[in-house]
Amino acid sequence: MQQPLQLPVQQPPGCGKSSLLSSSAGAAGAIPKGPVVCSTVSGNPYAGLVSHLRAAWLSGKTRPLEYRVAQLEALGRFLEEKKQDILEATALDMGKPSFEAYFTEILLCKNELNDTLNNLSHWMKDEHVDKNLVTQLDSAFVRKEPYGVVLIIAPWNYPIHLFLVPLIGAIAAGNCVVIKPSEISKNTERLVAELLTCYLDSDCFAVVTAGVEETTRLLENKFDYIFFTGSPSVGRIIMTAAAKHLTPVTLELGGKNPCYVSDTCDVQNVARRVVWGRFFNAGQTCIAPDYVLCSVEMQEKLMPALREAITEYFGSNPRESPDFARIVGDKQFQRVRALLRSGRVAIGGQTDEKERYIAPTVLADVQPSDPAMQEEIFGPILPIVVVANMDEAIDFINARPRPLAIYAFSCDSKVVNQVLERTSSGGFCGNDTLMHVMLTSLPFGGTGNSGLGKYHGKFTFDTFSHHRGCLHRNMGLEAINSPRYPPYTQQKLGLMTATFEIKRKGMCTLL
Amino acid sequence: MSDHAGLVSHLRAAWLSGRTRPLEYRTAQLEALGRFLEEKKQDILEATALDMRKPSFEVELSEISICRSELNHTLNNLGAWMKDENVDKNWATQLDSAFIHKDPYGVVLIIGPWNYPINLLLVPLIGAIAAGNCVVLKPSEISRNMERLVAEALPSYLDKDCFAVVTAGVEETTRLLENKFDYIFFTGSPSVGRIIMTAAAKHLTPVTLELGGKNPCYVSDTCNVQNVARRVAWGRFFNAGQTCVAPDYVLCSVEMRERLVPALREAIAEFYGSEPRNSPDFARIVGDKQFQRVQALLCSGRVAIGGQTDEKERYIGEGTACAGGTPWDVQENDPVMREEIFGPVLPILTVTSEEDAITFINARERPLTLYVFSSSTKVVRRLLERTSSGGFCANDTIMHMTLTSLPFGGIGLSGMGRYHGRFTFETFSHLRSALLRADGREALNNLRYPPYAPRRLPLLRTTVESRRRTVACTLL
Repeated sequence: MQQPLQLPVQQPPGCGKSSLLSSSAGAAGAIPKGPVVCSTVSGNPYAGLVSHLRAAWLSGKTRPLEYRVAQLEALGRFLEEKKQDILEATALDMGKPSFEAYFTEILLCKNELNDTLNNLSHWMKDEHVDKNLVTQLDSAFVRKEPYGVVLIIAPWNYPIHLFLVPLIGAIAAGNCVVIKPSEISKNTERLVAELLTCYLDSDCFAVVTAGVEETTRLLENKFDYIFFTGSPSVGRIIMTAAAKHLTPVTLELGGKNPCYVSDTCDVQNVARRVVWGRFFNAGQTCIAPDYVLCSVEMQEKLMPALREAITEYFGSNPRESPDFARIVGDKQFQRVRALLRSGRVAIGGQTDEKERYIAPTVLADVQPSDPAMQEEIFGPILPIVVVANMDEAIDFINARPRPLAIYAFSCDSKVVNQVLERTSSGGFCGNDTLMHVMLTSLPFGGTGNSGLGKYHGKFTFDTFSHHRGCLHRNMGLEAINSPRYPPYTQQKLGLMTATFEIKRKGMCTLL
Repeated sequence: MSDHAGLVSHLRAAWLSGRTRPLEYRTAQLEALGRFLEEKKQDILEATALDMRKPSFEVELSEISICRSELNHTLNNLGAWMKDENVDKNWATQLDSAFIHKDPYGVVLIIGPWNYPINLLLVPLIGAIAAGNCVVLKPSEISRNMERLVAEALPSYLDKDCFAVVTAGVEETTRLLENKFDYIFFTGSPSVGRIIMTAAAKHLTPVTLELGGKNPCYVSDTCNVQNVARRVAWGRFFNAGQTCVAPDYVLCSVEMRERLVPALREAIAEFYGSEPRNSPDFARIVGDKQFQRVQALLCSGRVAIGGQTDEKERYIGEGTACAGGTPWDVQENDPVMREEIFGPVLPILTVTSEEDAITFINARERPLTLYVFSSSTKVVRRLLERTSSGGFCANDTIMHMTLTSLPFGGIGLSGMGRYHGRFTFETFSHLRSALLRADGREALNNLRYPPYAPRRLPLLRTTVESRRRTVACTLL
């Protein structure tokens, strides 16, 4: 089911770099709001759009605090006024329960907005830094500057949140932005393309709808930053494309998030927290616990507790629960369903292709070679892999690509700390799932295969800012500089090192 | 199977053993690095003299002393930098432990250039070790004597299980890059930067690229011409211009040029005497290929000062376009304006106004550094606000790079990422978010579980929210 090709109107050339400060950008004509249907254009169909945004950025429009605040407040109104549309679109796209959609797509986004609006003027300020002897009388500071025209590519599972939260930081940092929502969550894509641009300044912000091929062409343009959320394989493609223009990137990718459950824990609580994290959004969450590692005894204890939690949440027939989502598309449904052939189905396992329903499922005695352990599950299936002890669990985790999150459950804080210290992951949560990403004060990002870069809260602002080191010296006071000039002498060298060099503390002998 | 696979997996095993994690270990390695700088100082002076006739004063200052500063700064602060950073919490996590944990990346690769072969290899290394990584170092094959010194002498100071030096030309470096590294730090040209990033993309390896460009130097009409001339000449001709942050070209009015050229001539004579070739304080071009490249740039405009060259010695007159000369009437399309000069040649281009200068700068790739000379703070401010560059320095050259508290890095074609001081430590650290929740208190979590009840949303919101602070709140 293909979306009709929707491209912006091609702008005439001449909006390039050299005409930045002139008014030729205005002469090129306004970009119409929303997508425009065109016949297939060869060459670089997005060049005009990108250079229009670049001209707007170079005009300095996005720099003042007031402008950024106004755009961010407009985003807030979008969330408020289009709340119902968002709930409906995500329900159509993947049967997202409105409670979940409200929580992740509206509430958490508003949190980020408020955090940013509360702090933006402070974040924007020049940061003065420590000076050495030679620069004592100078002004030394770090200035936060926008990159310019940035690209945000979002995935389908949290289709508003995962473009809006980066967008908040990009706007806050003073950039112009091209947003490319996922074509897989079709209804949300249409909503964003049609409605978002009405709220934002269309000279500086644009939504592009594109499938794989058009996105490839979009990436041929030079952006000043690219923020991508999606799979590691596409992440590689993005980074390779970015390398051609030396464009910095943040890649929020994925992986298999291990969930270690030690023998000393409150089994009921563990079951509830793990079930919540795994089956939220029918498992289509990058930070969901992907598989459990525990002893064979713990697997025995955990199973009834998991069953109880699933029943408590979704009833005896989860298919009838309004609180359980569906898989987003047929292709994804088939992929996840195939993973059921792993270990043995201990809980759930039912599927319905027409509804794209997969029951909350727990697989026991899963082997590392089983299908469910070969790829990120991204569905409502929780495999349990038995390990002898914590050390074996840690080795298991370290033998695999670094995940976005690692979870460890134990009453013994030493155990939790050991897992933290001896593994590597984007983030870590002890005794719960998902919660670490809801604190705007914690950086959210991956490492290794699960990504590079980080965001949320101030980290998003920093991601989209260039930190420019600045030194403003005195035009006079030339005497201070004399020792550095040729002709070089030993005496001058002595003076320079004495004034310049940082000494090791605690190493001086007092006479 | 690539050449260095064995080496990389050896380092990876060492890293996984946890050896590089304790503060004591990192401190010991850093102190050993300090001893290398101390004990091998003479060898370093000799090697850099052989490679590009670097004056020992310049080596002592820009290579050894700077490294020692970075080392000491790191050793002074490492304990604090390594600590977990506690962060603000919301209601839901009030009783939990929420912090940022600094993790090493693992096995990192540092590729150094030839122009400051100690500084640009060791300063990243200091941060990489401080952050707890294992490191593969690849010094430049162009500064051959330094390459040999680093390959032969450095490993005996550091733990061989965790740190290695690889000597490699272009082809072997390409093969080295086929291995998976957990971080790559590269200093060099933008064209090679692209190659590095493309190779890194295959493994999703994060990178810092310290590249280059043409650093503009705008001289306004209100300035102390003598001081400007000295500071610019110093920045341009240090290391015979082979400096990534050197002022690459000057932009000024015709009137200012009239005053600047004699002042530059005076400064050059003051620094290097009437015959700069005989001055012990002026370096040489590093190799024949580079010499020919820079020499070709002399066919630009008119040589105002200097211009003499000597192929055997790889001497190009101290500076401004050929032996301390500035080409007159340099046009935008002249050879000297088409690439980063990286030699002792200073073109002067005239502009009709400050606005003109800003337009000129913004029409070009973003440089590593922007220089502005003006007695007027307003002029400095305007140039700062209306341009974009890696770093910025007003009324001097190069000095912004010597403050460990300022982040050093490029933007656009001049690079990505930043380092120096604490920023190097952070570059080589993965900031891992950690939330340690208490095991009990399940009652609070009930709000979030299905069956979902919309009436719970307001309370749930309160537990996770950040409220918008309004200026006008009514006190009751």
